[in-house]
Amino acid sequence: MPWDRNQMAARAAQELEDGMYVNLGIGIPTLVANYVGDKDITLQSENGMLGMGPFPFEGEEDPDLINAGKQTITELARTSYFDSATSFGMIRGGKIAAAILGAMEVAENGDLANWMIPGKLVKGMGGAMDLVAGVGRVVVVMDHTNKHGESKVLKECTLPLTGKGVVNRIITNLGVLDVVPGGLKIVETADGVTEDELRAATEATIVN
Amino acid sequence: MKKVYANADEALDGLLRDGMFISAGGFGLCGIPELLIDALVKSGVKDLTIASNNCGVDGFGLGKLLDTRQIRKMISSYVGENAEFMRQYLSGELELEFNPQGTLAERMRAGGCGIPGFYTKTGVGTVIADGKEVKNFDGQDYILERGIVADLSIVKAWKADDTGNLVFRKTARNFNPPAAMSGKICVAEVEEIVPRGSLDPDLIHLPGIYVHRIIQGQHEKRIEQRTTRKREEA
Repeated sequence: MPWDRNQMAARAAQELEDGMYVNLGIGIPTLVANYVGDKDITLQSENGMLGMGPFPFEGEEDPDLINAGKQTITELARTSYFDSATSFGMIRGGKIAAAILGAMEVAENGDLANWMIPGKLVKGMGGAMDLVAGVGRVVVVMDHTNKHGESKVLKECTLPLTGKGVVNRIITNLGVLDVVPGGLKIVETADGVTEDELRAATEATIVN
Repeated sequence: MKKVYANADEALDGLLRDGMFISAGGFGLCGIPELLIDALVKSGVKDLTIASNNCGVDGFGLGKLLDTRQIRKMISSYVGENAEFMRQYLSGELELEFNPQGTLAERMRAGGCGIPGFYTKTGVGTVIADGKEVKNFDGQDYILERGIVADLSIVKAWKADDTGNLVFRKTARNFNPPAAMSGKICVAEVEEIVPRGSLDPDLIHLPGIYVHRIIQGQHEKRIEQRTTRKREEA
């Protein structure tokens, strides 16, 4: 059985180590916060906050306290606030240990596309280009194939890039792959998924 | 030194002209200069170029200036929340320059700090790098981005004293300090102007040197995505 959204998030949470400062993207990456367990992780929200807490209780929403997805959130005892230039200073400066984010396509050389589809409505890259260029480690969490059953793990991206050669690890519903010289290396497969099945769903070169 | 004005109309008096370049603070609808935006609408100033991370939503924030066709060009990182924006953009009425969010913030900060350009690895190898100088430092490519110096910046803070020292609240700080720094003239609207000496000098977020005019007023502070959890989950 391929992993579901929560199992992918739980697997991605294993990438995080005690003491890390981490930025989580929108979608499945947001769920990763539910699986960090006892690890001491500080979440960054790139609109200007370290130490992001959970959603507020009903009636306690504060319009001055939102995350990068514009959702109301809460602060923690460790929280600090800062302006956008400082926020992206710590991102660009490599102080954020890891970013976990979704993608439309990833290529075997680590190229990432997740911000625009030509001909469709373009909303903008937000902070995605800064994050993938700056943070210590980029982990992509996404379905292995699109809704037409075509591989999203490619030899080359077809969509406009968010970053060139920026992805370190790909976690999909079928397994985990690392970007290494020459292509992708299978780290593990989802429970019940064989290596052959993973290879068959992957357009990118897989090296041993 | 008189920085405190009675209202937004008076604070913008003499500062506006068609075709001008404005830097605006705020992220989404959080920490946006609501009162100054309303005054811009009222003034009728047009052909504006505005550097702001977003462009409000339909009918609120900078979206109001779209409804009245006062904006010619936006410099933003994300504009997905606004149907009128997309309509004007797709019909060619509105120009749009996408900047990565951190690049936009740093362009504002740099412009305010007398730095006309800086090199960043954000956007290397993407469409953002098209036409920009590429320089290699220590084996890594970087692209040249320009500092922004705006004719006017409009920002929102929580508290100010009458000398323009500003304190922001939580994530409503966001783009406000860099936007303020990037303007030749900065007008700030705040929730409360407090007596000189009542803000702790060690806890000023933006020194008054960057702020030329101040108004106090009531803010709607609309929430874009109201997300909550149930009590029993605690």
